[in-house]
Amino acid sequence: MKQSVFEIVSNKPLTDSVFQMVLQGDTTAITAPGQFVNLKLEGLYLRRPISVCDLNGDKLTIVYKAVGNGTVQMSRMQAGERLDVLTGLGNGYDLSLSGDNPVLLGGGVGVPPMYLLAKELLKQGKKVSVILGFNTKSEIFYEQEFKKLGCAVTVTTVDGSYGIKGFVTTALEAMDYSYFYTCGPEPMLKAVYKASATSGQMSFEKRMGCGFGACMGCSCKTLTGYKRICKEGPVMKKEEILWED
Amino acid sequence: MGRLSVDLCGITLDNPVIPASGTFGYGYEYAELYDINCLGTFSFKGTTKDPRFGNPTPRIAECTAGMINAVGLQNPGVEKVISEELPKLKKCFHKPVMANISGFGVEEYAYTCEKLDKEEQVGWLEVNVSCPNVHGGGMSFGTDPKAAAEVTKAVKAVTTKPVIVKLSPNVTDIVSIAKACEEAGADGISLINTMLGMRIDLKTRKPVIANKMGGFSGSAIFPVAVRMVYQVANAVNIPVVGMGGVSTAEDVIEMMLAGATAVEVGAANLVNPYICRDIIEQLPAVMDKYRINTLSEIIGGAK
Repeated sequence: MKQSVFEIVSNKPLTDSVFQMVLQGDTTAITAPGQFVNLKLEGLYLRRPISVCDLNGDKLTIVYKAVGNGTVQMSRMQAGERLDVLTGLGNGYDLSLSGDNPVLLGGGVGVPPMYLLAKELLKQGKKVSVILGFNTKSEIFYEQEFKKLGCAVTVTTVDGSYGIKGFVTTALEAMDYSYFYTCGPEPMLKAVYKASATSGQMSFEKRMGCGFGACMGCSCKTLTGYKRICKEGPVMKKEEILWED
Repeated sequence: MGRLSVDLCGITLDNPVIPASGTFGYGYEYAELYDINCLGTFSFKGTTKDPRFGNPTPRIAECTAGMINAVGLQNPGVEKVISEELPKLKKCFHKPVMANISGFGVEEYAYTCEKLDKEEQVGWLEVNVSCPNVHGGGMSFGTDPKAAAEVTKAVKAVTTKPVIVKLSPNVTDIVSIAKACEEAGADGISLINTMLGMRIDLKTRKPVIANKMGGFSGSAIFPVAVRMVYQVANAVNIPVVGMGGVSTAEDVIEMMLAGATAVEVGAANLVNPYICRDIIEQLPAVMDKYRINTLSEIIGGAK
């Protein structure tokens, strides 16, 4: 973990409510795809945890949905403004278990962490398939970005306005894959857990206090003991997940 | 004794700055960031007799200038704290540490304190009396002078280390509780624990926190804390450790003027993990600005 000041390089909308912010600063504490950063925003007490979408040298890309006070405030920020950021938080995805042809499933704002993960897996010579799930056509982002990386991309929409009609699991059924990685809302994670034919890893979200393991605000029970989503997570292996309800 | 040093129940602190229990774990997360030996001491995560998972999540809600938490004393239990956490703590912190203890019955407090009393690195026992008494109808020990005194006596009987009783602000008359603890043998009083608070989500119309209510902390509660520290410090003859919303070197000085011998910093650590180190570094300059020679001379200076 590292605390440092980042400068906003760009901040632009990808859809009506999803934004992409590129920040420049000391990214050396970031060691794995699936980790997150924690942003201090003017006038708000707690930091905002946002997953890392991409990393290029000292440039860090985050993609976020403007839903609450914090993210709406972020969406109004301009290039040149500065942010106090804690970097290198969370465990991130373990790439060593991927096999030769992993599938990556992202749902809504669960899509961004899949990007850096896909990039790193492709670097290792893996054949990467990506399933991106959205509610409707106007919410889709990053389809072209994943294609440009060289992934086989399938898009699903709940209302059928684009790609395959249904959920990410609808597309997963027809696929052949060695392992899965996923991030998205909890109902989606549960569905992937049930529908997946292999082992895999999923990234969880929870309201956090500190984001670095001090406050125990985001604890959860797993089959291998109590874990802090911010510290021993946010990524959990399929075998250790204990659904609480 | 340096400019910043104070005496807390017979143990010299290099400075009065103490990260508060529940915001600093057992120290080692923060030791990755800076040398935590710059601290006066720190109060480690609230420890109970048995392991506890704590409350369901969400446990955290944001507020204006503060936050609410309902963690529910998650901790591995005193045996594991001693066998696993304290050895890790010892590697990164080389001063006496403050052990924070909670319980749900008088015997539980005594059991946990007796175990921790045998740990060499434990300098003080900070006894949190804000927990509900499961044998006393669930009312918090800290809301009843008799129950608070009973816990104090039971703990004093099993330890030779200084006992600091940590009081809840969620009471009508905090002075009477502080006095009852002093009479029961407490060596110090620390205050304030969090204030009971609640947030409701307008979209779902449900409480934000799974436990519905939780402890409100952060800079918003600072004036309440200063008032209560002032009241208690003027009523007892034992040292008072002040806390509640402290986040700057100026806040530390204000707390000490109100009567605090040492000052704990809680929620601010969760927002800026370097805050305690920064406060310690800034204290000399702020003291110069207000023509303060040594911190020990200003304790209770506000009349």
